[in-house]
Amino acid sequence: MAEQIVCREATLGYENMTVAEGIDFTVSEGDYLCILGENGSGKSTLIKTILGLKPVDSGSIDWVGLTPKEIGYLPQQTVVQKDFPASVREIVLSGCLSKTGFKPFYGRELKELAAQNMQRLGISDLAKRCYRELSGGQQQRVLLARALCATSKVLLLDEPVTGLDPKAQNDLYELISELNKSGITIIMVSHDVNAAVRYASHVLHMGHRRQLFFGSKEDYLQSRIGKSFIMSDSDDGEASSVKEQSDARAILAPVAAAAGAAAAGALISGIIKTGGKRKCLR
Amino acid sequence: MSEIIDKLSLYFSYPFVRYALIVGLLIALCSSLLGVTLVLKRLSFIGDGLSHVAFGAMSLAAVLPVIIKEIAAGVSASGEVPQGVRELADTLSKANNNYIVLPITLIAAILLLRPGKNAKIKGDAAVAMISVGSLAVGYMLMNRFPTSSNISGDVCSTLFGSTSILTLKEDDVRLCLIMAIVVILIFIIFYNRIFAITFDENFSKATGIKADSYNLLIAVVTALIIVLAMNLVGSLLISALIIFPSLSAMRVFRSFRSVIICSAVISVICAGVGIIASILMSTPVGSTIVTADIIVFFLFYITGKITKRA
Repeated sequence: MAEQIVCREATLGYENMTVAEGIDFTVSEGDYLCILGENGSGKSTLIKTILGLKPVDSGSIDWVGLTPKEIGYLPQQTVVQKDFPASVREIVLSGCLSKTGFKPFYGRELKELAAQNMQRLGISDLAKRCYRELSGGQQQRVLLARALCATSKVLLLDEPVTGLDPKAQNDLYELISELNKSGITIIMVSHDVNAAVRYASHVLHMGHRRQLFFGSKEDYLQSRIGKSFIMSDSDDGEASSVKEQSDARAILAPVAAAAGAAAAGALISGIIKTGGKRKCLR
Repeated sequence: MSEIIDKLSLYFSYPFVRYALIVGLLIALCSSLLGVTLVLKRLSFIGDGLSHVAFGAMSLAAVLPVIIKEIAAGVSASGEVPQGVRELADTLSKANNNYIVLPITLIAAILLLRPGKNAKIKGDAAVAMISVGSLAVGYMLMNRFPTSSNISGDVCSTLFGSTSILTLKEDDVRLCLIMAIVVILIFIIFYNRIFAITFDENFSKATGIKADSYNLLIAVVTALIIVLAMNLVGSLLISALIIFPSLSAMRVFRSFRSVIICSAVISVICAGVGIIASILMSTPVGSTIVTADIIVFFLFYITGKITKRA
């Protein structure tokens, strides 16, 4: 497997403020890397640095055999987009922009590409709908289709399931997993530990200002940090499942507190549900 | 009815009225095109701020010849104004004010919309500061160095446009025409790019689009439009020309392209209706056009409510 992104001892931060140091990892073709960490641990900053939206303070992040025009990116939704008057087709097509070169308009083959990607994500019938009237899950699919127009090699996803209901979350995870199986490298930021363990091939766990773990999922599950975040050992049935839930709750506590009681209830039930499913899969 | 037609045909037999109509429609078209982007990028206030800067620049342009003469008189011992300085001042006062207003507004636009938001003073505060500051300085200059006996009249016409559109010379019309064509061409050529960076700047940057340069382009074009529109509606009402048509269009239409087209149509129709109405009712041009825009906004607002429920 060819290496695609090599990050060596990178220090990330905003002006005069270091967010994370000593970030060190490698992504190869076809990998599914999940970047975990709590709020404020610098996950989104890492994504932005990988994309070249901000410079590395020290160390290096290198693309091997890729140009910025071959990257797809699914950013977190901005306030501007929430009531943006644009049709789904217009948005998906805007992903092709880097392929137009100096031409001011989209050619026929780019329109074809956009149509194919809409088909691939099952949103062809929404093409003429207005983006702001779609559900959260549909909006994410639209943005994913746009990202696919920009790339056929690497996709970076910044907390793609935030704000979606549990079913939509699962659907989106399945979709991303399928894209990965078709050969696209996936780098996903998440604070959903369960999803990471379920779908990813590699895990990068970021702690307070430093990297806690990088390696394959199997190693992560065996590591001390992985065990403390996910579970102890699931051989002893009920007891561990309860502990697992409380652990997951502990990780998500800051989020839940911020989101208020109702959201917290939904989150916890979601965790219990996905947690249960993961057990079934084993 | 025939009375109205008679009155209109009388007015339109004068070239300056025809110029006013042409320039008015062009300005309305340009401002509405960019308005959609500015509103969606949450930059509606930039238009307001820049128009105040343009007011300050306009006052500066108006009083510059007087200032030069006064300084020269103070420096020379006899109190006489030297010949060369007087000539310079005269050329300045004859020159088109736009040559001074445009560069100043452009610089302000670039400073305000500058790429990279790491400025020490944050966006809205910076806009407020610059706009109020230039308003104050402009008014002070006009009072300290009066160019005519009717200062409040001058200030009023700069702020609200009033009759200035009817005093356009052929030169002004030509300048307006060229600038309008440039704005429209830029908009058409960069339409897709403008859409992409308006919708999602980070995505565009990440996929290799030079978003910062396009933001700069938007800043420059905004400044161009504001200087153009000063002639039509005056500096206080410019933001109305920029935001009302696009807000109206956004109530009803749901794709970016249809919003743009609709807001252009609304803006041109309102400008036309406003100019004609101002002739018939002898009202100030600028405020009549803006009133037409407001009425259309409410019509579209209601239409939007109804169609959404249906």
